[in-house]
Amino acid sequence: MSTALADDSLAQAGQLRLTWLRFKRHKLAFVSLFIVALFYLVAIFADGLAINDPHATDAKRSYIPPQGIHLFDEDGFNPHVSGLTGKRDMKTFKLAYVPDPARKLKVVLFAHGYSYNLFGLIPTDIHLIGLETPQPVDGIFLLGTDQLGRDLFSRMMVATRISLSIGLVSVGLSLVLGILLGGMSGLYGGWIDTAIQRVIEVIRSIPTIPLWMGIAAALPNTWSVTQVYFAITLIISFIGWTELARVVRGRFLALREEDFVIAAEMLGASQLRIMLRHMLPSFTSHVIAAVSLALPAMIISETSLSFLGLGLRPPAISWGILLQDAQNVQVLAGAPWLLCAAIPVVLVILAFNFLGDGLRDAADPYG
Amino acid sequence: MSILQVKGLSKHYPIQAGFLRREIGRVRAADDVNFSIARGETLALVGESGCGKTTVARCILRAQQPTAGSILFSPEEGQSIDLAPLSRRALRPLRRHIQLIFQDPYASLNPRMMVGDIIAEPLLIAGVPLKERQARVLELLDLVGLPMAARTRFPHAFSGGQRQRIGIARALALQPKLIVADEPVSALDVSVQAQIINLLLDLQDRLGLSMLFVAHDLGVVRHVSDRVAVMYVGRIVEVAPTTALYATPKHPYTQALLAAVPKADPALRDAIFAPAGEVADPAKPPPGCAFHPRCPFVIDRCRVERPELTELPSGHLSACHRARELTLTGVP
Amino acid sequence: MADRPLLSVRELAVEFRADTGTVRALDSVSLDLRPGRVLGVVGESGCGKSVTARAILRILDRNGAIVAGKILLDPGTTAEVDLTALNPESQAMRGVRGARVGLIFQEPMSALSMQYTVGNQLIEAIRAHNDPGKSVARQRAIELLRDAGIPRPETRVDAYPFQLSGGLRQRVGIALALAGDPDILIADEPTTALDVTTQAQILTLLRRLQRDKHIALMLITHDMGVIAQMADDMAVMYLGRVVEYAPVREVFHSPRHPYTRALLRSVPDLRATPRQRLATIGGAVPQPNARPSGCPFHPRCPEVILGRCDVAPPAPVPPGEAGASCFLLEDAV
Repeated sequence: MSTALADDSLAQAGQLRLTWLRFKRHKLAFVSLFIVALFYLVAIFADGLAINDPHATDAKRSYIPPQGIHLFDEDGFNPHVSGLTGKRDMKTFKLAYVPDPARKLKVVLFAHGYSYNLFGLIPTDIHLIGLETPQPVDGIFLLGTDQLGRDLFSRMMVATRISLSIGLVSVGLSLVLGILLGGMSGLYGGWIDTAIQRVIEVIRSIPTIPLWMGIAAALPNTWSVTQVYFAITLIISFIGWTELARVVRGRFLALREEDFVIAAEMLGASQLRIMLRHMLPSFTSHVIAAVSLALPAMIISETSLSFLGLGLRPPAISWGILLQDAQNVQVLAGAPWLLCAAIPVVLVILAFNFLGDGLRDAADPYG
Repeated sequence: MSILQVKGLSKHYPIQAGFLRREIGRVRAADDVNFSIARGETLALVGESGCGKTTVARCILRAQQPTAGSILFSPEEGQSIDLAPLSRRALRPLRRHIQLIFQDPYASLNPRMMVGDIIAEPLLIAGVPLKERQARVLELLDLVGLPMAARTRFPHAFSGGQRQRIGIARALALQPKLIVADEPVSALDVSVQAQIINLLLDLQDRLGLSMLFVAHDLGVVRHVSDRVAVMYVGRIVEVAPTTALYATPKHPYTQALLAAVPKADPALRDAIFAPAGEVADPAKPPPGCAFHPRCPFVIDRCRVERPELTELPSGHLSACHRARELTLTGVP
Repeated sequence: MADRPLLSVRELAVEFRADTGTVRALDSVSLDLRPGRVLGVVGESGCGKSVTARAILRILDRNGAIVAGKILLDPGTTAEVDLTALNPESQAMRGVRGARVGLIFQEPMSALSMQYTVGNQLIEAIRAHNDPGKSVARQRAIELLRDAGIPRPETRVDAYPFQLSGGLRQRVGIALALAGDPDILIADEPTTALDVTTQAQILTLLRRLQRDKHIALMLITHDMGVIAQMADDMAVMYLGRVVEYAPVREVFHSPRHPYTRALLRSVPDLRATPRQRLATIGGAVPQPNARPSGCPFHPRCPEVILGRCDVAPPAPVPPGEAGASCFLLEDAV
């Protein structure tokens, strides 16, 4: 009396493929996945995408408005930008450099520019786009320049690297702490659970901004950019792990009561086997979803810390630091393009949130 | 000698209150439960929700630690082990002899494992080599009526009844001596339920299994079991061979249960008799006999003195003061 | 069949949109609810018995839609209304729900809010249709609870649902369904979540209320015992179709459809001999997105006529008549 099987390719699909299929149905999340991937590509190739040295200052080119690349001129295809010419404003008698359409500077792909190390290892000076012949003052300013004449576009590329990596490292740290402490909490229960839960409650009850201010104030001024960078990641993950620990503990407690986990126990499986074979695979998807929801929070934390001047400090470049330049209303009135730095923040946070939602929905077909 | 002998089994849950978690009372989920199962026999444990039948089953499987009592298990003739005091580690080698069939065929299979791996898991844990495992999985699939192709599929591809077959195959993998079936058909459609009941009966005939069958459906129990133990508020109130229990119940609660079942026959129209009142709260059971507030035959003695489970001349065990004098009606 | 029906469903078809395409949940379903009579609707999971109830009340999930057929309230009278023509959110439809058609849920908790007392919810339901004022409504709420067999209704009216046992909650659910004084009642598996002794109490109560108030009751269940005890007429459903429709005694004594026959034989019997095997139906109910061609039961049918049953579905049971949807019967005529 054998029963017929559903003859469906889905029948042999593993959990991973099913999750993927369900995830693909979530259009917004699917698109977000590509956006997030794009951002990380930018982070990896930040220096290559940058056009001008993000640190190079030049008072002569302060507050240059965004400049487009002209692809054609009278002679046909000839990608170029306009050079800068100094003009005295006859009302303020200020010397201002403005683009002069008469001076054409040729733009090429894979141009030579400032030197950097690709992946931090390979010394090179190739940039995706650049001037055919580098000029001392002129350059391609796709999103304009700031007060000190630094190219905003190039700075945004480099900032992406720091802001995204700080998120990643913080989440990594939080995850280790969260899984470890949350797992212990869920697995052992009893007083260990109570203790960890109380610690989490205390940490979560501390108002974050004063806490950050206190910790940031304690960071010595003499620390290098790298030292500050790691200090900030530590501060962010110190708060961030609590949420992950709760997710992990919750899953643990829920899974311990699942029939299939009890079934494994009834078969005489060891604790280790139950953990590795039955419990961990069932919650990795949840953890991934939790992580993708925690990442934007981390990124926001860094951005707001730096924006308030409590996080990274110049000469480091992050989204928060770029936005710091846009703090002043008067400056914004004259150079509104500085607000462009907010766009990637909004975009990446939204993308991560949609991605996280999509992953969470896709990961749990039965719940 | 019986394969399982449960003596004085109790499981109490403390009710705690306040910051210091002081115990302010106890839920007597199972209270002084005694029964035994002979080799090859099916004993059904029936009762309404909260009566403690699942608690008893889980204690026997040692998914829960009993508060008191002993669980004497005899995997071989002449051998007897008390499961109640054993540690998790000490229990592990004994687990292969007692297996569980779950109620919910959806929750009891790991959705991330292929059916072949699910069925092979007990074998893997027992250290059976790969070649043998594969052969045994095919054998088991055939035994429970599933095609060989099921091996490489995931549980989500199967219907509730098929999943229950997978669960049964897993339970049988190590040739257990005793099967504990916890409401194994109550989540299934009627037509599928019949298939699984027949499968369980066939398997028992072929493999000589002993079974503890926990259920609330008296119709299903009638088909499956050799003897029936009826529970009410944590205690066994009656034990008797199936036919005798249905024909001539010796406890008013058993009678009430049988009368309450809607008979699938319009000719017996309006033959539903509902006992008054509600199932007592196991946290504060009534004094004396827990059933006395609902019992139509109550006398003063029932309100103060708790009846013990005693054997009657008919062979029934009944926990009723008036078991000898009452003539109760069962199913004709 | 005695009186003129209060509600007639005619050739109703419902479809659900799913990721894999549209799924037909109901196909040409016809039934009649008559005053003072109980229609039992029985079937296994996925047969469409709950969808029928939800379609009548126009509370289908958002991805479901009525694609064909009529739901006639007071058919043949001057007041005849086709509920499928009404907007589910319209005032008219809201007037039908509660005041004409009451619904009893399987899980009373889904009808009751935890945040309000039983009385609050009852009073709200009473005042929604024909507001008699607050104090009268409260009196009526207490009467409804008493009618539903709740002991000490004067105190229970101020209790919260979570303070009540499952049986009492279902009684409150019944009181709530009766608050608008409907003449049609739909009970969707009202006792499935309950224990057998509580089930007996609730069934007795439903029977009494239905007789006293001369209500047309549609009782949805999977339990043949409940149907046998409660129903006057019964509709057997399979995969969205009514395969047999007849007075309950006829169905139990001489079932016409092979599915009904098999289903009745597979019900466990309280009088079985020890270890008696049950008759089974091979296979399982197909997934709704894998509907077989022709008669939906043909892959499991022991009396299948190949080349016929698998080609086109047999004609549905003629509305208002007893019969079955099966080629075997068409041939016999």
